[in-house]
Amino acid sequence: MKYVFQFGPVLENLPRLLLGAWLTVKLSAGAMLFGTAIAVVCAFLQNAKHRAVRFFVRAYVEFTRNTPFLIQLFIIYFSLPALGQQLGIRLRLDAWEAALIGMSLNLGAYATEIVRGGIDSVARGQIEAGAALGLRRFQIFRLIVLRQAIKVAFPALASQFVLLMLGSSIISAISVEELTGMTNTLQSTTFRSFEFYFAATCFYLVMAFGFRAVLGAIYWLGFVRGRPAEGDR
Amino acid sequence: MSRDFGAGEFWYLILAVRWTVLLSLVAFLGGAILGLAIAVMRAGTIAPLRWVTAGFIQLFQGTPVLMQLFLVYYGITVVFGLRLDPWPAVTLAFTCYAAAFLGEIWRGCIQSIPAGQWDAARALGLGWGVTMAKIVLPQALRISIPATVGFLVQLVKGTSVAAIIGFVELTRAGQLIVNVTFQPMTVYPIIALLYFAICWPLSLLSRRLEKRLDTGRQTALAGM
Repeated sequence: MKYVFQFGPVLENLPRLLLGAWLTVKLSAGAMLFGTAIAVVCAFLQNAKHRAVRFFVRAYVEFTRNTPFLIQLFIIYFSLPALGQQLGIRLRLDAWEAALIGMSLNLGAYATEIVRGGIDSVARGQIEAGAALGLRRFQIFRLIVLRQAIKVAFPALASQFVLLMLGSSIISAISVEELTGMTNTLQSTTFRSFEFYFAATCFYLVMAFGFRAVLGAIYWLGFVRGRPAEGDR
Repeated sequence: MSRDFGAGEFWYLILAVRWTVLLSLVAFLGGAILGLAIAVMRAGTIAPLRWVTAGFIQLFQGTPVLMQLFLVYYGITVVFGLRLDPWPAVTLAFTCYAAAFLGEIWRGCIQSIPAGQWDAARALGLGWGVTMAKIVLPQALRISIPATVGFLVQLVKGTSVAAIIGFVELTRAGQLIVNVTFQPMTVYPIIALLYFAICWPLSLLSRRLEKRLDTGRQTALAGM
C-alpha cells in the first residue's frame, strides 16, 4: 500500500462541507414536517367511508414503499417535466424542490404505516366515549386519538426520520449540493476521493447522533415532562 | 437522433432485472452469513466481541449506503492502487450493509427467547455453544422470518443506489435507455413497476408470515 493520505484539502474545504451538511439538515427537517403531515392525513383517510379514497391512500403507500427512492426522484425530476411538456403545462422543478417533494412523499408513506399503528393502539372505548359526548369524527380524531397515537408512534417515527436523513444522500444524484453532492464536487476537483468520503461519512454519523438526540429531547418535552406518569392515571 | 422506446429497449430493461436480483441475492447470502455471526457475538458473553459488533452495526446503520459504497469503492483503490470494476466494491458494500441490518434483526430475536430456556439448558448440562445452536437459534430464526423478508425488500430497493457509481443494474439500465431515447416519462415509471413487481410480493409475504406467526403465538399462549 503506497497511498499517502492527505486530509489537507478536506480541512481547507471544511466550510463548504458544513454548508452541504446544513442543506441536508434543512431538507430533512422540511421533509419531516411535510411527511408527517401527509402521514397524519393519510392515516385519517385510511378509515374513510369512500372506498376510492381508501384505495388511493393504500396505493400511494404500497407504491412508495415498494419502489426505490432513487427512481421516485427520477420520476419527479425527469418524468414529470416531460409529461408537462406533452400536456403543455410547466412541471419543471428545481432540483432541491424535487428533492424536498420526493423526500416528503417517501417519508409520508412510511410514516402513514407508523401513525396508523399508533392510531390502532388507542383504546376503542375512548373513541366511543368521544362519540357519546357528541364529538364529530374529525374532532374525535384531532382531540382524542391523534395526540396519543403520535406519542405511541414517536420512537418509530424518530428512527424513520434518521433513515430519511441518511437516505437524503441519494438526492445528490439529481445534482442537489447537499453533503454528498458537495463531497462529490470537492473530491472531483481535489482528487482526494477517499479522504473526502471518509470525512462526509463521519459527518453523517455525527448528524445521525444529533438527530436522535434532538428527537429524544422533543419527545421528552412534548410527551414526558410535566405529565403524570402512566401509572398515576 | 434519438431512438424510440420499443420492444428492444423494453427487453434490455427486463434483462437488467437479473443484475438487480443477482446483486440482491449475493448481498443477502453474504450478509446472512456475516450477520448471523454478528448476531451471535452481539448476544454472546464475550464483551470485546459485543463492542466490536455493536460498533459495526452503529457504523452501517448510522451512515448512508451511498457513502458506504463510495468508501469501499475508493478504499479498494487506496489499498490496491488501481481502479477495479464496480462488482467487488458493490457486492462487498452491500454485504456489509445487509450484515449490519440482519445482525441487528437476529440479535433482537435471539434475545427475545426467554432466559428460562438458557437456565434449563444449563441445568441439563449443555454448554453455551450447544444451547445457542440447538435451542435458541432455531426458535429465534423462526420468529425472525417476517422481518428478514421485510429487509430483503429494503435490500432490493437499496441496490438501485449502485447505479450512482456506474454499476449496471435495473436503475442504471433505465438511465442508459433514457439517454438514448429521451423518454423519461415512459422509462422511469416502467422501472418503478419492475421494482414493484419484485418488492410487493415480498412485502405481502412478510406481512402474511407476521400475521401467521402472531396467531401461532396467541394459540400457543392460549394453550398454556
